[in-house]
Amino acid sequence: MRTLAFPLCILATIVLLAAVIVLSILVGANPVPVHAVLDAVRGNGSNEANYVIWTQRVPRTVAGLMVGAALSVAGALVQSYTRNPLADTGLLGVNAGAAFFVAVGIAFFGISSPAGYVWLACLGALVLTAVVYTIGSAGGETAGPVRLTMAGVALGAVLSGLTTGLTLTNPDAFERMRGWSAGSLLERDFSVLLPVLPFLICGVVIAALVAPGLNSISLGSDVARSQGVDIRRTQAFVLVAVTLLAGGATAIAGPLVFVGLVVPHIVRWAVGVDQRKIVMGSLLFGPCLVLLSDIVGRIAVPPSEMPVGVVTAFVGAPLLIGLVRRAKATGL
Amino acid sequence: MKLENRLRTGPTPSLLVIGHDRTNILLDRRAAVVAASAGILVIILMILAVLLGDFPLTISEVMDVFLGRGEALVRTVVLEWRLPRAMAAVLFGAALAVSGALFQTITRNPLASPDIMGLANGSYSGMILALVFLGGSWPMLVTGSLAGGLAAAAIIYLLALRDGLQGFRFIMVGIGVSAMLASLNTWLLLRVDLDVALLASAWGAGTLNSITPATLIPTGFSIMMLLCLVPAVSAPLRQLSLGDDAAASTGAAIGPARLAAIVIAIGLVSAVTAVSGPIAFIALSAPQITRRLAGTAEIPLGATGVVGGLMLLVSDLVAQHVIPLTLPVGVVTVVSGGLYLVWLLVREARRTT
Repeated sequence: MRTLAFPLCILATIVLLAAVIVLSILVGANPVPVHAVLDAVRGNGSNEANYVIWTQRVPRTVAGLMVGAALSVAGALVQSYTRNPLADTGLLGVNAGAAFFVAVGIAFFGISSPAGYVWLACLGALVLTAVVYTIGSAGGETAGPVRLTMAGVALGAVLSGLTTGLTLTNPDAFERMRGWSAGSLLERDFSVLLPVLPFLICGVVIAALVAPGLNSISLGSDVARSQGVDIRRTQAFVLVAVTLLAGGATAIAGPLVFVGLVVPHIVRWAVGVDQRKIVMGSLLFGPCLVLLSDIVGRIAVPPSEMPVGVVTAFVGAPLLIGLVRRAKATGL
Repeated sequence: MKLENRLRTGPTPSLLVIGHDRTNILLDRRAAVVAASAGILVIILMILAVLLGDFPLTISEVMDVFLGRGEALVRTVVLEWRLPRAMAAVLFGAALAVSGALFQTITRNPLASPDIMGLANGSYSGMILALVFLGGSWPMLVTGSLAGGLAAAAIIYLLALRDGLQGFRFIMVGIGVSAMLASLNTWLLLRVDLDVALLASAWGAGTLNSITPATLIPTGFSIMMLLCLVPAVSAPLRQLSLGDDAAASTGAAIGPARLAAIVIAIGLVSAVTAVSGPIAFIALSAPQITRRLAGTAEIPLGATGVVGGLMLLVSDLVAQHVIPLTLPVGVVTVVSGGLYLVWLLVREARRTT
C-alpha cells in the first residue's frame, strides 16, 4: 500500500485543524460579522457577540476537539486490538451502557440536562465495559479479542434492547432520548467539559503507551510474546484507554459511533499500519472531522441546527466509500 | 435437556481437515443433533403458540380446525391469527439467521451481518418516508420499506462493484451507506411529531403484530424459494471460509458463488424486513450461537436456520405472553439473544480455564 510521508501528513492535518478551529469560531447559526467576532475574541466585543462567542462557540469548539480526538484514538485502539476493521467504539458496549444509564436517569429520576447526562453516561460506560472485560477475558489470553468482541456485541445488544423497550413504553423518555442519541455538541459548557478532560488525557497517554505493543500483537500473539510484550497487560490497558476515551466522549456528546470507525481507516490509508502513527494521526484528524461536521450542521438547515452525529455520517461515509473504492482494499 | 448434556461433555475435537471424510461427518453429525433438537423445540413451541392467548384453546379444538370442523371463531383465531404469526416467526427467524450465516462466511467476520449492512436501515428510511409523506396505510409502509431496502442494496452494490465484488470492500461500503441512512433516520425522527416517531420506532424495532395470511403467503413463499437455493452455494462457500486463495486452489468457483450467496442473503433480509421491520441481532447472533453449540469451526448453515427460527419464535412468545407491556418482538429478540450469547461465552470461558 502506498503511503504518504508521515511528517507531511501530520503537518497538513495540523494546518487543517487550525483552519477548522478558526472556522468554528467564525461560523454559526446565529450570524455574527467577522469584525464583531474578532472584537469579542480580543475582549472588547458587544454583549451579544461576547455571549455567542464565549458561551456558545468556544465551548462547543473545545467539546468538538475533545470528542473527535477521544473517539478517533479509541477507534484506532479497538480496531487494532480486535484485529477487526469493522470494529467501532461502541463495540465494547460503551455506547449501549451509556445510553441505558441515561435512559434510566430520564425515565425514573427525571434528569433532563446535559450536565446530568454526562455522569450517567460515564458511569454506564464504565460499568458495562467492566462487565464485558470480565466475561471476555475470563478464558485466559488465548481467548482474547474474539471473545471480547462477542461479549461486547452481546451485552451491548441486551442493553440497547432494554433501552428501546424503556423508551417505547415511556414517551417522555423517548422524546429526550431521541435528542441525546442523535449526538450533539450544544450546551456543553466548561462546567461539563473540564471534569471529563482528565479522563480523556489519561486515555490518550495510555493509548500512546500501548501502541508499540499493539504493533507486535498485530503480527500474532506468539511473535508478540517473543518480543517481550505482555499480552494480558496490553489487553487491560487497551480496555482502560477505550473506556476512558469513548466513555468520556459519549458522556459529552452522546453516541457518535461512526467517528471512531471511519477516522482510523482514513488515517491508516494515509500513514500505513504503524499503530504509533495511526494513534497520532487519529488524535489530530478526528477533531477535524467532528468540528467540520458540526460547522456544516450549524448552517445546513437554517434556522435550526442539525445535530453533529447526523452530519458526521454524511461527511465521513463518502470519505470512507471513496477510500475503499480507490485504495486496493485492505483489512488491517 | 439432551442438548444440555451434550454441551457439558465438552466439544468434540473439531479438526477441520479438508477431504478427510470422517471428520466432516463428525462435524455434520453434531450440527445435525443441534438442528434436530432445535427443530423439536420449534414444533412444541408452535403448538403452544396456537393454544395460548387471551382466548385459550384446547388441543382437541385445534385438531378440529385442522380436520375442517370447529366453530367459526376458533377457526379464525387459529388460521387467521395464531398459526400465521407462529409460522412467520419461524420462517423469518430462519431467513435472518441464514442470511447472517452467509454474510459471516463470505466475509469471514463475525461482526458482518445484514444488520450493519444498510439494508435494514434502508428499509427503515423507506418506511419513515412513506409514513411521513404518503400517510401511514399498511400497504404504503410495506412498499416504502421494500423500496428502501432494495434501493440501499442497489446503491451498495454499485458503489462496491470494481473489478468484481470483493468481500471486504462490499462490507465497508455497506457500513458507510448504512451509517448515512441511520443518520437520515435519526434526523427524520427528530423532525416529526412525537406520536409519529413512536410509531416509527416501534416498527423500527421489528414487530410481528401485522402478520396476516395475506402478507405471510407471498413473503413465506419467497423465503422458502431462497432457502432452497442455499444448498447450491453452500459447498463453494465452505471452501471460501478458508480464504480466497485456498478456495481457488481447491477449484471452487469463488466469484459466482459469492455473488449468488450475497444476492440470496439480501433477498432473505429484504423479504423479512418489508413485512416485519428490521428485527435486529438474529442475523448476527444465530450463526455464532449455533457454531458454539455445534462445536464447529465453520458456521453450519442448516442448523443455523433452525436455531434462528427457534430464537424468533421464543422471543415472540415471550413478547406476547410473558411481558405485561406491549413490546415489539425485536426488543425481546435482542435482549434474550444477547443474554443467551453472553451465557454461552461465560460457559466457554469456564471450560477453557
